[in-house]
Amino acid sequence: MGQLASALVTMILGVMGCAAYFYGSNFLLDKIFPTKSGAAAVVARNLRVANNIRPWLFLGPAVLLLTFYLFYPVIDSIRLSFYGRSGEEFVGLANYKWLFGSDEFYESFRNNMLWLIVVPTAATFFGLIIATMTDRIWWGNIAKSLIFMPMAISFVGASVIWKFIYDFRTGGEDQIGLLNALVVFFGGEPQTWLTIPIWNNFFLMVILIWIQTGFAMVILSAALRGIPDETIEAAVLDGANGFQIFYKIMVPQIWGTIAVVWTTITILVLKVFDIVLAMTNAQWGTQVLANQMFSWMFNGGGDFGRGAVIALVIMVLVIPIMVWNIRRANAEMEGR
Amino acid sequence: MITSSKRTPLTFLVHATVLFLVIIWTIPTAGLFISSIRDKNQLSTSGWWTALSTSEQRHVARAHEPKAQVQEGDRFVIRGNLFEGSAGEITKFGSSSLRPDEFDVGTVAELKKGETLQVLENGDYAFSSPVPWKGSRGDRIFYTAEVPPRFTLENYREVLNSEGLGKSFINSLTVTIPATIIPILVAAFAAYALAWMRFPGRALLVAAVVGLLVVPLQMSLIPLLKTYNLIGDFFGVGSKTYVGIWLAHTGFGLPLAIYLLRNYIVGLPREIIESARVDGASDFDIFRKIVLPLSFPALASFAIFQFLWVWNDLLIAMVFLGNDADHIVLTGQLRELLGSRGGNWEILTASAFITIIIPLCVFFGLQRYLVRGLLAGSVK
Repeated sequence: MGQLASALVTMILGVMGCAAYFYGSNFLLDKIFPTKSGAAAVVARNLRVANNIRPWLFLGPAVLLLTFYLFYPVIDSIRLSFYGRSGEEFVGLANYKWLFGSDEFYESFRNNMLWLIVVPTAATFFGLIIATMTDRIWWGNIAKSLIFMPMAISFVGASVIWKFIYDFRTGGEDQIGLLNALVVFFGGEPQTWLTIPIWNNFFLMVILIWIQTGFAMVILSAALRGIPDETIEAAVLDGANGFQIFYKIMVPQIWGTIAVVWTTITILVLKVFDIVLAMTNAQWGTQVLANQMFSWMFNGGGDFGRGAVIALVIMVLVIPIMVWNIRRANAEMEGR
Repeated sequence: MITSSKRTPLTFLVHATVLFLVIIWTIPTAGLFISSIRDKNQLSTSGWWTALSTSEQRHVARAHEPKAQVQEGDRFVIRGNLFEGSAGEITKFGSSSLRPDEFDVGTVAELKKGETLQVLENGDYAFSSPVPWKGSRGDRIFYTAEVPPRFTLENYREVLNSEGLGKSFINSLTVTIPATIIPILVAAFAAYALAWMRFPGRALLVAAVVGLLVVPLQMSLIPLLKTYNLIGDFFGVGSKTYVGIWLAHTGFGLPLAIYLLRNYIVGLPREIIESARVDGASDFDIFRKIVLPLSFPALASFAIFQFLWVWNDLLIAMVFLGNDADHIVLTGQLRELLGSRGGNWEILTASAFITIIIPLCVFFGLQRYLVRGLLAGSVK
């Protein structure tokens, strides 16, 4: 309890510190360049100066934090990728040579590609199907809420949930894992699912699909509601059936949103490491880039150079999406 | 949407499919919850879907010590009950681990040297011998019992106390609350500046924020860890502190926060802000008195996001906070338990439920804001 109390005190201090900064800096600005009274020329000058400075008072903490926590590390990671274990001696391209010569990298790269293909596709597909169907039924909102729920569960929590489902009991004991119990019920042999090469990757992907479908569903559902009714009515009048309306009228109109959902999940997939770490600890051929990077950071005291190289690979995979996002945001701003 | 007036088979199919999907999506969590409140012996021998039926379990118990014997006629008898208070119904018993179900319940089993053992359905047993029992320990009795379903909060009591989850819960709160509030403050000011103030470089900053939205955390870890070590050495406090992780979460949450809030604030009616300016209000007053109250929905959306994200995070906590008892958060603790108590499902299920209960409450309580935030922020 003492810890929580001291945390609360620190928190209040921190928040008050933030507030004090914003209040204080603005107050100082108004004091140094008073604009409420004085000669007109002075007020005009002060107003101009204050208006030039104030945005940076507002932005200051954010810019500092973004620079320190995101911008500078990206640059430094690029630098570190040319340095050795401790990040002190220059090793040229040795880390890159190691990376492209190591089987582990190809394994995790292959797995990451599988994840990138399967998870966004499946989550978007299920999300779209569920969004379409729940919009038509009276208990749709309850259904949506329940399918959306896994979004709130941590990757580690979800891993425990699914590890329990994949649980395996040897010999003739009753299977307490749902999957094996079903297999036995239908007359099959129980399996240790997480150790079957290649396929175990898919058993891990199921977890992320389970979590992300709700996200896709919520966004796509909103987009579907935005489709003008006239287009659908016209299609109905022309005699289109349900599936034709879905594929030829609705899907093309929300294509932009589908792309957004897809890329969002893609980025998430690239960063996912908790599931692999908790489920298999990268054994049995389930390594992915993010987890490989994490283990190189800490293995045997850590190898910063190699870790940085793997992080760079993830970054390079993200860059196309980043460029696309910025261009879209710019287009949106100009359109406003 | 399409509302077809006729009740077609298709409508039925839609209902059935949605129901099927909802069941698939809910069952994993339901299974976890049901398992976590089951008796641990039942949990490890039967699936959670059988939780309401009686289960057949094999156990071994020790009879009372020889000093509890009483003389009845010419025989020496030790009596007791195998269940000692809990419920059940015994079907078979035995006295050797090789044949634990040798005898049917109720029969008087002849053992060596004229000793006998009888076990009744309700668990009453009687060891009997022509000569006095010796030794300091009671004999073992193996039995198979039909045990009625039993639900208990014991698993929770155990993980909260002896597995250190109670402490981790507090650690998680310590991390989460400040890491949710600080970025809101910082981001709200920045978002207002990016939305309504004119200054050179604004478009560039907005683009930078959008770009930083997708930068993988992994890029930041190594350089930050190095810097944290340096700073920690300098102040002599070590690199793993709560302040460090609050700031880290603030930094990583800022792009989304600024992006979400700016999108919202830029959509506020221009007239309100312009007229306040004409009335002589400074930007600081406008922000504090007009923009902040009006953007409450957006602030709430982001707060929920950040809360869920920080509470559920494992990576940043492992790198910047470490695994000692004073610092380990719930997700970290759960991962450790997965490694060390991998087969003890009563511990894992209860722990997992404790880690997800708060986010679930937040989720169901504030879903409206969460959905709104998702819709506003889905460019990322």
